[in-house]
Amino acid sequence: MSVRTPLARVEGLGAAHRGTEHFTRQRATAVALAPLSIWFVCSALALVGADRTAAAEFLAQPLNAVLMALFIIAGLIHMATGLQVVIEDYVHNEGGKVALLLLNKFFAWVVGAGAIYALLKIALLRG
Amino acid sequence: MAEQAKKGRARPLSPHLEIYRWPVTMATSITHRATGVALSMGTLVVAWWLIATATGEDAYDTFSKIARSPLGLLILFGFVWSLVYHLLNGIRHLVWDAGYGFEVKTADRTGVLVIALSVIVAIAAFAFAFLGTGATS
Repeated sequence: MSVRTPLARVEGLGAAHRGTEHFTRQRATAVALAPLSIWFVCSALALVGADRTAAAEFLAQPLNAVLMALFIIAGLIHMATGLQVVIEDYVHNEGGKVALLLLNKFFAWVVGAGAIYALLKIALLRG
Repeated sequence: MAEQAKKGRARPLSPHLEIYRWPVTMATSITHRATGVALSMGTLVVAWWLIATATGEDAYDTFSKIARSPLGLLILFGFVWSLVYHLLNGIRHLVWDAGYGFEVKTADRTGVLVIALSVIVAIAAFAFAFLGTGATS
């Protein structure tokens, strides 16, 4: 039995100290992605028409490699969090929903693993 | 009404979505979601580009060739616009999360601003990158 008011119990992280992670994660990655995506668009547009050597040299620069890795990781977490809500909103069939939610997570991990592996290969072999 | 009830299933329905006039806020909201889903597919383009660069000349040439095709350019433009839109409207959402900008007039204005800016920035960025480099040829 607690003498704390109901409001005090749910303030901050809430009574369970969790459950708001989804909301927080979505916002935290959004804040991180704002500058990262500006950097990404500028870099990608600067690389239009570049040959493979130029693209690889750009990605092998330590700062670019780290920013690209951060962009990919923050982007994929933001993506998986967002798509989860879309699936939960529109897919009402329980089996289909579970399957799609699982697929959503797998998709993020597979794309992330492929992209990060490629990035490491470029950055470390040329660094 | 009694007759309708006898017929069985003809219960009154709430109006379907398509009869509503679309307010700016409704359009920007669903577009935010749509561009988010589109950007999810866009991650495949980014991953493909990185993997092709890591793999070799042939893989990179294949990517370049497809990216420069009319369909490829259309997809890339859609990707850039989606990213710009989602970024600008995302900032609008973060401002809402902080508790500001909820007045109908303000929300309408920022919505129009986001739509206009996203188109302008996407076209400007694309023109800047592609004119002059001759990348489309």
